[in-house]
Amino acid sequence: MSSDRQAQPEAHAPLGPPQLSVGALGWMRANLFNSWYNAILTVAASWLILVAGWNFFRWSLLDAAFGLTPDTCKGIDGACWSFIADMWPLFIVGTYPFEERWRPYLCLIVLGIMTLGLFFGAVRGNKIYRYAWAIAPVVVFLVIRGVPVFGLETVDTSFWGGLVLTLILSIVGIVVSFPIGILLALGRRSTSMPIVKALCVGYIELIRGVPLITVLFMASVMLPLFFPSGFDLDKVLRAQIGIIMFAAAYVAEVVRGGLQAIPRGQQEAAASLGLNFWQQMVLVIMPQALRIVIPPLVNTAIALFKDTSLVTIIGLFDLLAIASLASANPDWLGKIIEAYVFTAAIYWIFCFGMSRYSMYLEQRFKSGQT
Amino acid sequence: MAQNQQLPGVAPAAPAIWRNPEFRAVVYQVLVVLAVVAAGYVIFQNTLTNLRERGISTGFAFLRNEAGFGISETMPIPRLEAGFLHFIISLLIGIAVVYGMSRWAAARGRTIGDDLPLVLGVILFIVVIPVLVLYINGNNILTDSYDPTKTYGLALKTGLVNTVKVSLLGCVLATILGTILGIARLSSNWLVARLATLYVEIIRNIPPLLQIFFWYFAVLRALPNVRNSVEFWGFAVLNNRGVYLPDPVPQGPAPMLGLAFVAGLIGAYLWARHSRLHQEATGNRLPVFWPGLGIVLLPMVLVRLILGEPFELTYPELRGFNYRGGLVVTPEFAAMLMALVMYTAAFIAETVRSGILAISRGQREAAMALGLRPGQVLWLVVLPQALRVIIPPMTSQYLNLTKNSSLGVAIAFPELVSVGGTILNQSGQAIEVIGLTMAVYLTFSLLISLFMNWYNAKIRLVER
Repeated sequence: MSSDRQAQPEAHAPLGPPQLSVGALGWMRANLFNSWYNAILTVAASWLILVAGWNFFRWSLLDAAFGLTPDTCKGIDGACWSFIADMWPLFIVGTYPFEERWRPYLCLIVLGIMTLGLFFGAVRGNKIYRYAWAIAPVVVFLVIRGVPVFGLETVDTSFWGGLVLTLILSIVGIVVSFPIGILLALGRRSTSMPIVKALCVGYIELIRGVPLITVLFMASVMLPLFFPSGFDLDKVLRAQIGIIMFAAAYVAEVVRGGLQAIPRGQQEAAASLGLNFWQQMVLVIMPQALRIVIPPLVNTAIALFKDTSLVTIIGLFDLLAIASLASANPDWLGKIIEAYVFTAAIYWIFCFGMSRYSMYLEQRFKSGQT
Repeated sequence: MAQNQQLPGVAPAAPAIWRNPEFRAVVYQVLVVLAVVAAGYVIFQNTLTNLRERGISTGFAFLRNEAGFGISETMPIPRLEAGFLHFIISLLIGIAVVYGMSRWAAARGRTIGDDLPLVLGVILFIVVIPVLVLYINGNNILTDSYDPTKTYGLALKTGLVNTVKVSLLGCVLATILGTILGIARLSSNWLVARLATLYVEIIRNIPPLLQIFFWYFAVLRALPNVRNSVEFWGFAVLNNRGVYLPDPVPQGPAPMLGLAFVAGLIGAYLWARHSRLHQEATGNRLPVFWPGLGIVLLPMVLVRLILGEPFELTYPELRGFNYRGGLVVTPEFAAMLMALVMYTAAFIAETVRSGILAISRGQREAAMALGLRPGQVLWLVVLPQALRVIIPPMTSQYLNLTKNSSLGVAIAFPELVSVGGTILNQSGQAIEVIGLTMAVYLTFSLLISLFMNWYNAKIRLVER
C-alpha cells in the first residue's frame, strides 16, 4: 500500500505561471477587474475617458482650424486656433505699444532661460546666477517701464497687460512680501514685546480672514483717500500694494511654521556665542528655518499666481482680462472658449511647473542631499 | 570658585541701561506705537480732508437711504422681531441651558452623552422647544423682500444671504465630491485612480476666477435663448436665462411634515444611541441604517396619508417671452456653484487622501484580518481615524470656499462684495462699505474656526 503512494509520478515539465496572473492580462485582473464593482467602475471610467477624450480630440485637433485669418474658421465645428495664432501677442504683452514689444519678449525669454538654470546644480550654486536673480525684478521693471536715458521710451502702466502683467504682479508680490512676512513672523513670535506681537497677530489674522478682493478694493478705492489730495497713485501700483499686503500675511504664517521647527537650543547657543538678536536670526535661525519652508513657500507663490487673476475685477488687463477682451474683438467674436482654454493652459503650465518643482525640492530635503 | 570672586577694589561695571533687553524692548515698542499712531493720524487727517473735498459724509447713516438698484436674486429675510425674535431667544436660552448642563456633567466627570435624561434634555431645549416656538409663531414672522425702493441696509443683508446660500451649498457639495475623489485617488482600480489624479491636477492649477468665467460666459450664457430652450420632458428647462426646475410649493400640511421630520430624526438618533449602548454592553450589533431610515420616514408617511399632499410641484411654463413658475436657478448662481464646488473639491480630495494615508497600514490590515469587507474597513476603521487628521485642513478649505464666493462680483452674482461694490459706486462710502464687508468675512472666519475647534476637541483621540 505504502509503496503505491510512493510511486514516482510521471515526469512533468515545469508549468508556466497561470496565464491570467502575469503579463498584461494579469495586471488588468489585479488592477482593473479585481472585484465586480471595480469591473463596473473600470467600464464606466473607460467610457468616460473615451467619450470625453474623443470629443476633446475632435474639437481641439480633428475639426479645428489652424490658420491666421477669421475666414479659416468659417464652417468649422471644432476649435478656431487661428484666433490664438493671430492674437497670441495680446495674451502675452497686452496692449503694450507695438514697436516696443521686443522689450517684454526679451524679458520673458531671459527669465525663461534663467528658470531653466534652476534644474542644474552647478548653475544654481553659482554666485553670479544668484545675483542675477536678485536684481532681475528691478531690471525687468526698468526695461518694461522704460528708461529714457538709455533710449528706452517710457511706457505708461496703463499699457501693461497680459501674461507679463500677471508675472510682474506675482513675482514682485512674492519678492517684496517675503521680507515683510519674515518681520511679521518674528513679531508674532516675540515674547518680550507684547504690543508688537499684538499688532502682528492682528494684522495677520485680519488679512487672512478676509478675501483678497476686499483687500484689492481697499487698495484701489480707499488707498487714494489716505494720501494728500493731488497725490496720484498709479493703478497698477495700487493693485501691487494690495497684493503685497495680502501675500505678506500668508508668507508670515509659512515662515512662522519654519521658525517653530527650529529647536530653542539653536537660538540659545547663538546667544551664548555673544551674537545679538539680528545676528542670531540672520546667521543661525533663518538659514535653517527658511530652508524648511521653501516647499510651502512655493505653494504660497502658486496660490498668489492664481490670485493675481483677481486684478481683472478692479480693471487691470492681466492675462484673464485679456482673454475676455480678445474674444470681444469684432473679427473674432464669440471665440470665448478658445480664449479661456488657451489662458487656462498658460496658468496651468506655470502652476503645475511650480508645484512639481516644490515636490522635487521636498524630495531633496527629505533625502538630506542639499 | 576663585574665578567667581571679585578682585578687591574693582567695582563691577554696571552695564549701560541701553544694554538691558527689557529696557530695549520697551523702547522699541514705544517707537513702534508712535510710528503706528503717527501714520494713523496722517491717514485719518488726509482721509477727512479728501472726504470733505468730495462732499462725502462719514458714518453709517447712508444704510437707511433708498438703494434704487435691482438685485436679481432675492429672498424674504426675516426681521429680528415678533415671531422670529421669539425663535432666536428660545434657541439662545436652549444653548445656554445645554452649556450649563455640560458644565454640570463635567463637574461630575461625565459627559452629556452618558445619561439618557441629559440627552433628552439637550434635545428638548435645543430642538423641540425652538421648533415648537417657530411652529406656533408661523404666521407671526415679519419678513422683508428686497426691491429697488428698499434701503442700502437691506440690499447688504440680501447680499449676505446670497453669500451664505452659495457657500453653504458649496461646502456640502464640495465635501461630497472631494471625498469621493480623494477615495478614488487611492482606489485599487488603476484607471479610476488615474482619472481622479488627472481631475485634481488639472482643476487645482487653474485660477478659480477663470473657472467661474468659463462656466458663466462659455457654458451657461452660451446656452440657447428662451425660444430654443432645451426641455427635459417638460420637467426641467435649460436656457441662457437659467435652469428651471419643478418647484415644491408648500401646502397646508407642510409645517406638520417638518415637525414629523424633526421627530423622526430625534427617534433615529435615540435608536442609534440605543444600538451603540447595546453593542457596548453585549457585543452584538443592532442594525442602525434601515431601522433609522424607517423611523425618519414613518412619521412623514403618516402625515402624508392623514393630512394629504404637503407640497405641490409647479412646473416651468413658457408664457410670453419667458418661462414662469418653477424653481429658477440663475446662470450666475449655477456658475458660482459649479466653479466653487469643482475647485474646492480638488483641494478637499487632497486633504482626504493625505488623511487616509496618515492611518497606518496596520489598522487596515487588522481590520481586514477581522474579516471586514473593504467598504467596512473604510467606513468603520479608516475614515473615523482619518477624520482627526482631515478636519483642521478641511476647515481652511471651507473658509477658502466662503472667501472665494466673493469672486461672484466678477459675474454680477449678487453676493456681499458685489452688492457692496454697487453701493460703494453709488454712495461713495468706500470706508464704511469695505469695513462692513471685511467685518462680515472676519466674523465668518471666527465662527467657522470656533465651531471647528469645538468639533476637533470633541473627536480628539482621548488617551487614557
